[in-house]
Amino acid sequence: MGFEKFLFYCFAAMTVAASAMVISRRNPVHAVLWMVVVFVSSAVLWILLEAEFLGIVLILVYVGAVMVLFLFVVMMLDIDIATLRAGFISYLPVGALVAAVMMIEIALVVGPAHFGLAAFSAPPAAGVAVNNTHELGMLLYTVYAYPVELAAVILLVAIVAAIRLTLRRRPDNKYIDPARQVRVKKGPDRIRILKMASVGPAQPPAADPAATKE
Amino acid sequence: MIELWNALPLVVRILLKVIVIVLPLLGLVAYYTLAERKVIGYMQVRIGPNRVGWRGLLQPIADAVKLMMKEIVVPTRADKTLFLIAPLISIVPAIAAWAVFPFDATLVVADIHAGLLYILALSSLGVYGIIIAGWASNSRYAMLGAMRSAAQLIAYEIAMGFALAGVLVAAGSLNLGDIVRAQSGSVLTWFWLPLLPFFGVYLIAGVAETNRAPFDVAEGESELVAGFHVEYSGMGFAVFFLAEYANMILVSALTVVLFMGGWLSPLPQSWVQGVFPLDDGFQWLLLKTFFFMFLFLWLRATFPRYRYDQIMRLGWKVFIPITIVWILVVAVGVVANLPPWWSA
Repeated sequence: MGFEKFLFYCFAAMTVAASAMVISRRNPVHAVLWMVVVFVSSAVLWILLEAEFLGIVLILVYVGAVMVLFLFVVMMLDIDIATLRAGFISYLPVGALVAAVMMIEIALVVGPAHFGLAAFSAPPAAGVAVNNTHELGMLLYTVYAYPVELAAVILLVAIVAAIRLTLRRRPDNKYIDPARQVRVKKGPDRIRILKMASVGPAQPPAADPAATKE
Repeated sequence: MIELWNALPLVVRILLKVIVIVLPLLGLVAYYTLAERKVIGYMQVRIGPNRVGWRGLLQPIADAVKLMMKEIVVPTRADKTLFLIAPLISIVPAIAAWAVFPFDATLVVADIHAGLLYILALSSLGVYGIIIAGWASNSRYAMLGAMRSAAQLIAYEIAMGFALAGVLVAAGSLNLGDIVRAQSGSVLTWFWLPLLPFFGVYLIAGVAETNRAPFDVAEGESELVAGFHVEYSGMGFAVFFLAEYANMILVSALTVVLFMGGWLSPLPQSWVQGVFPLDDGFQWLLLKTFFFMFLFLWLRATFPRYRYDQIMRLGWKVFIPITIVWILVVAVGVVANLPPWWSA
């Protein structure tokens, strides 16, 4: 337990520190990279809880896909920090008020009164024989089949909507259809096949330029 | 001997296992670069490097010494920290993935349930090294190379993930050792046959994921000089190079484990039971992996570079539909207990 506790405190501290870096970095690319660190260290926390499937999927989906796209977009943007920071003082009171209200709400919902070993006793360890992925899959596709399918459909709708909104057909686009390229035949189409002898007629020996000069 | 081993602290034991895997791996990477130059040389009717050591066998060491002696130049206004850690980010996943790799029926460092997921997650991290290198270099060529590379990796990772999902359906397990055991029988029960489309897609996506020819537009010498690592010199460049070759070895070895029966012998069990070099074991894994590693070099020597839009078309419009359809086919096969692969 000692080593596990040590690991927990290491990665918990890393998560908190990296989260602080996410909101305090001026450079948006650095902020995104710190967010990657947050995801990785929270994945480690999940793995410490023996939820290895969730931990690995967090890295696979959030770090491996979502944050890459984030980084992609942020790198392309030309963000002017000065304009973003303009009016910081005038917005500060409202912002502080909203933040305080949020903090109080969070404390009321998940405060120490509702958490901790007194409220939830530690679940018994399942042992190494239990396959996390298998158990989760059984639950998701039997008990929670409808919510899972619903979430999938919502995501699909979002993809279709996003593609439809950004799709534009440009008439001057010189799009190449490989299937049509492959189907090109000689004769009516645009190619002509020439027959050529592999060896040309014997060339007369080139006259020696030095000899002709004299 | 065993008692001495068990008396060591856990951390020391894990460290020793890591060393036993990583050192030969790095040696293999070094000689893979020599093999590439030799093989491509012979394919192009050249001799290849033959000056350092007997028949050029010490060439990788000479290269390593040269690269270590070189100065690391950090470009003007580059992000120095990110510039320096980018090569590390690209090599660490390539090495860490070996932790769950089964070298034998019993020889594996961490025999975890979700081995395949772990490898997929780690291989998705490799792209950060490339993106960060491209961005931190403060160079247009590097940035364009990184963008191309990232788009390519994301496109092919989906097809690759689907191919792995197909393997998972066929084997009924995420554990790499169990996946190999599910293929036992004969050459015909290895997954390359029932999962032939996945086999092809995985191999080609693997070539694309490692940014190798014919999918090496991220380097694209003719238009981008050297792509994302154009600003790197000395060891920074060397580490990117090592990462690329380590990834090629990893993809070859994974292809063997997922589709070619891992450590299983291709000869019938009744002939080879107990006969050392012919029976199941690490030597078969090594032999098969070498074949796929050779295939990487062969592809590079044979094919011209793909055009960028055709790479995207192949990934999104060809591979993803193929894999989705074949997952359904495999799932039906598994449910119907289709012999000889899934006979209950």
